[in-house]
Amino acid sequence: MCGNEALAESAIIAGCDAYFGYPITPQNEVPAYMSRRMPEEGRVFVQSESELAAINMVFGASATGKRAMTSSSSPGISLMQEGISYLSGAELPAVVVNVMRGGPGLGNIAPSQADYFQATRGGGHGDYRTIVLGPSSVQELVDCMPLAFDLADQYRMTVMVLADGILGQMMEPVVLEKKKGRELPPKDWALTGAAGRKQNIVRSLWLPEGALEELNNKLLDKYKQVEKNEVLCEEYEVDDADIVVVAYGVAARIVRGAVSRAREEGIKAGWIRPITLWPFPTGQISRAADEFRIFLVVEMSNGQMVEDVRLAVTGKAPVLFYGRPGGGVPTVDEILDQIRQLTLRPKT
Amino acid sequence: MMKTVFKRTPTLKDCPTHYCPGCGHGIAHRLIAEIIDELDIRDRTIGIAPVGCAVLAYDYLDVDMVEVAHGRPPAVATGMKRTNPDKIIFSYQGDGDLASIGAAEILHAGHRGEQITVVFINNAVYGMTGGQMAPTTMLDQVTATTPKGRSAAEQGYPLQVSELLATLPGTIYIERCALSSVAQIRKTKKAIKHAFDLQLEGADGMSMVEVLSPCPTYWRMSPTKAMEWLENNMTKVFPLGRLKG
Amino acid sequence: MTVNGFCEEIVIAGFGGQGIMLTGKLLAQTAMKAGKEVTYMPSYGAEVRGGTANCMVVIAENEIACPVVGRPDSLIVMNKASLNKFASRLKKGGLLIMNSSLIDVDPEVDDSIELVSVPADELAVELGSPRSANMVALGAYLQKRGYLTPNAAARALPDVLARRYHKTLPVNIKALQKGGEYTGNNRNY
Repeated sequence: MCGNEALAESAIIAGCDAYFGYPITPQNEVPAYMSRRMPEEGRVFVQSESELAAINMVFGASATGKRAMTSSSSPGISLMQEGISYLSGAELPAVVVNVMRGGPGLGNIAPSQADYFQATRGGGHGDYRTIVLGPSSVQELVDCMPLAFDLADQYRMTVMVLADGILGQMMEPVVLEKKKGRELPPKDWALTGAAGRKQNIVRSLWLPEGALEELNNKLLDKYKQVEKNEVLCEEYEVDDADIVVVAYGVAARIVRGAVSRAREEGIKAGWIRPITLWPFPTGQISRAADEFRIFLVVEMSNGQMVEDVRLAVTGKAPVLFYGRPGGGVPTVDEILDQIRQLTLRPKT
Repeated sequence: MMKTVFKRTPTLKDCPTHYCPGCGHGIAHRLIAEIIDELDIRDRTIGIAPVGCAVLAYDYLDVDMVEVAHGRPPAVATGMKRTNPDKIIFSYQGDGDLASIGAAEILHAGHRGEQITVVFINNAVYGMTGGQMAPTTMLDQVTATTPKGRSAAEQGYPLQVSELLATLPGTIYIERCALSSVAQIRKTKKAIKHAFDLQLEGADGMSMVEVLSPCPTYWRMSPTKAMEWLENNMTKVFPLGRLKG
Repeated sequence: MTVNGFCEEIVIAGFGGQGIMLTGKLLAQTAMKAGKEVTYMPSYGAEVRGGTANCMVVIAENEIACPVVGRPDSLIVMNKASLNKFASRLKKGGLLIMNSSLIDVDPEVDDSIELVSVPADELAVELGSPRSANMVALGAYLQKRGYLTPNAAARALPDVLARRYHKTLPVNIKALQKGGEYTGNNRNY
């Protein structure tokens, strides 16, 4: 099973009622897998006419209280931003998987992390947030799916799983099992037909003076709760480190290899790996910057998450960047060289 | 002894309207409310409001409703109906929503044969945004964005969406009606009711009723004159009657 | 690439239709069954038939950092285009398994590279299964490297071969063994 198929099966195990999607490389294995498995489970699969339609089908299913998801890759995710904004305004849960490829424009189909800004800043119009998960292995991608559905339902938000072409295409051993989910609030807002109750309305239009401001502030309170409760982050040998490398997703596993090699050479290196990209582990990074050390951010882009690291470090330490855009994948050796140079070790 | 000659149907809420004098939306809303009550399906009906003047349809129709992005009601309806085959899903869309920005969504919902009911209000103009040209605007009709009148050479001909959709195997019932007289309004109600009936029966495909509806404000006419103009001009380009089913 | 312990990075390349992806998946599955850490990464692209196909497999004792292989320890090439594309990327001291049935040139590689020429297509034809050249090449590779055996691959084959092709299991297993015997017996390659 490749990453795309594994995430699809994991979504099914997590109780996904409906999948809607439109073909785009490198995530085509997701709709192909769903088209076979969802009917077997008596659930819904629809190949939509566009990504616009796909996200709005998710909107429709979600408005009735069902667990719905879509997946796409960068250009398709751009088209979905309209729907994600409406989902956010209407406070509907949704899970969106972005198997990132190179951009801008049609770009290429190589792995990339160039959609970090789009994912973590909301992406569409208006004052909203989406929860963004950045797995770095196929197992973590699998584990992300039930978490994504639970977070979406708990906070009535869009949760984006930000993978890339490598994670989607690669195979590695995984364990797929049903785990106990979170206790979730009842969906008493869902549109189910107004039987024995008042009419439910799902909307994002708030025309009267002050009404939208009230909604935005309600959303803000919710986002603060998410920031307080849901940050996920992994770190390794930061305490005595002279240099801390920050990376997420596939870049983070390459960094892990480079940092281990650096330690072998006697360089005091550590790493921090944000798993939730929003909410961002600002606190962890800020604490790491309380002691003077160099921060190196590695991304498969020309520098996006590095801005969040700088915001977290708030000038307490130098934050440097190494990136490979447009489908380039940094190697362990490249990153190790950066670590050596920044710690003034001669190149070997 | 007083005799009740008119009673508001329960699914139509008792509230002041925001629609302009002579607007057809109020009539269309009432027809839908009456049909829902007559079919006794209020407790399993979900409505979809468009972007356009009818965006606030849920302020008048007392059923579960959602308001969605411009043009996307058929996609939203697909998501709802596929996951809730026992529910009655209808979308209520204007000509900008359905025939312009949502052309792909309605075409493909019809193409897939989604078991939904579509009420398409065609008043040949964008109302909510201030009277701009719609795909269904008549030739020579003056709008905010066709100050010299719509010209075929510049803006193309009025788009006949019902005729287009009737060619698709996935649509089972398409009818064009008008709100231009009491007799036509009765026919309209019958048609919309039939479209709901088909969904109730589980008929295999999409049904749509196009409703020619007056917009006196942006046609720049009195309500009476608007009714006449609709009957005398619009029906020539958009002939009434059953196109399919 | 891992810190210490065994780590083997392999690139398998050929043209579409030669069963390159299946070969890589089989290698990965065999390693997984042997309790190794493993990643498999296919090339994915616009071309479906007739284009070049390659995949990357990393097998290690410890956690694998990157599934993308820049400089392979071993390279299995099934056609000339793949040899030209990947040969220069081989690590010093690496292993090159070359399908001499379809490659009629001497590769220009570093002296430290160990070259194993296997007439994979001919050997497959001898078995009456021309499409099993990929299995012959994999068998040759496994026998040469020795950390896994052609028989272990044979046991993993039913896991990765689509069920509709299971009637070809016996001949493919023979092909794996034949490749293994070739490198096992023939020191001149």
